[in-house]
Amino acid sequence: MSNIPAELKYASSHEWVREEGNGIYTVGITDHAQELLGDMVFVDLPDVGDTFDAGEDVAVAESVKAASDIYSPLTGEIVEVNEELEDSPELVNSDAFNDGWLFKIKADEPSEVDNMLDAEAYEASIDED
Amino acid sequence: MAEQTVLFAKHIEAGAKMVDFHGWEMPINYGSQIEEHHAVRQDAGMFDVSHMTVVDIKGVEAKAFLQKLLANDVAKLKVAGKAMYGGMLNEEGGVIDDLITYFLNDDYYRLVVNSATRVKDMAWINKQAASFDVVVTELPELAMIAVQGPNAKAKAASVFNAEQNALVDGIKPFFAVESGDFFIATTGYTGEDGYEIIVHNDKAADLWQALLDADVKPCGLGARDTLRLEAGMNLYGLDMDEEVSPLAANMAWTIAWEPSERDFIGRSALLEQKASGTLPKQVGLILEAKGVLRHGQKVVFTDSEGAQQEGVITSGTFSPTLGHSVAIARVPRSIGVVAQVEMRKKFVDVKVVKSGFVRNGKKTF
Repeated sequence: MSNIPAELKYASSHEWVREEGNGIYTVGITDHAQELLGDMVFVDLPDVGDTFDAGEDVAVAESVKAASDIYSPLTGEIVEVNEELEDSPELVNSDAFNDGWLFKIKADEPSEVDNMLDAEAYEASIDED
Repeated sequence: MAEQTVLFAKHIEAGAKMVDFHGWEMPINYGSQIEEHHAVRQDAGMFDVSHMTVVDIKGVEAKAFLQKLLANDVAKLKVAGKAMYGGMLNEEGGVIDDLITYFLNDDYYRLVVNSATRVKDMAWINKQAASFDVVVTELPELAMIAVQGPNAKAKAASVFNAEQNALVDGIKPFFAVESGDFFIATTGYTGEDGYEIIVHNDKAADLWQALLDADVKPCGLGARDTLRLEAGMNLYGLDMDEEVSPLAANMAWTIAWEPSERDFIGRSALLEQKASGTLPKQVGLILEAKGVLRHGQKVVFTDSEGAQQEGVITSGTFSPTLGHSVAIARVPRSIGVVAQVEMRKKFVDVKVVKSGFVRNGKKTF
């Protein structure tokens, strides 16, 4: 059974979001998503300063099995990316919700988070798959 | 409902993630397929390949039958236990399956064919066998475990008895010995040393456990695919099939043209294909930048006459040993040493080499 932390918000496309204060949110992919993808071999991250709309493809997670687009859950500007993933993409597999984070985004409109799924709703959405 | 091999419970016990593989419920990995891959390149790993089909061919015309059925010539096999790889072709020269043939004696050969093609293989073999004095017997009661890696033979030695160890001592690649409960062959699908051991279903779980106790790591189909691809070995259904000539799939070496009077199935079609001069060829591709080459991606290049040419990746993956992506591609013969691959709407540069990237743990290009 996948681990789904209760304090995070989720997109049905398997990204998670953690609020860090000052309108900044950390984004990653869920444990369920990494399990589906298998061993991660490259993570193509955006550049700091790039801006994205909610739902726009922002990164690519490439595993032994497939290349998978990652969509920005929020509209805003990238303020930091997880550079550890350059050499250790497997962090996404081993610790999807912490060390395997992908990027931090400064949200233009933090209320977008309210439209995301809570843990329970995300779990229900995976069960439907 | 997918079929299960006799080792199903052992896979679950080892924490396998099971997937449907052509109607068989098989382990894709036991956690990390990359770790399993490294275990085979650096130490010893084992694969349950019991889903593969063992077919015995017996009878006074066994040799004559196989000389008709297979593009490679079983007459090359003169010593009991010697094995040979090759294709079973249709009349159009397409590959029905690739398989290993073991010579046991003049009236007895053993074939090991792919599981994905089992039904059509058996139909074809039985149809062709009708006009020969042979008995074709499928042996679903047999399981098979592949033990592969630089330490595979040493670790397997600890589970063999004295007689088995004496028999395998110093045997060459592509050779089988039979003793006690085991049919032990120096074959594999990884580019490493090791054995494929055929054993009765009743004894398979004990053998698996004994190998586990000898510190051989269970490996799934995921690692099996990256290992065979690094070794430049074809996967039936991806790198070749009934629509693809063995001459376009790096299998020319498995076609025995001599003696010229041997009329194997597909021979005349292959001769025509050769004469046409339009056959594509198989090459290896190397992508040193980020990204992973995948099956179906388009390969483009400009030939020496300035014409734009196009081919296709038949299988691609990330190579855990090399740390970048490699692929097998089928392309026009005019290809040079570089090409481009269309990946995610962009064209990336790749190097073109002979197919085969890693052997015995070492880079080969």
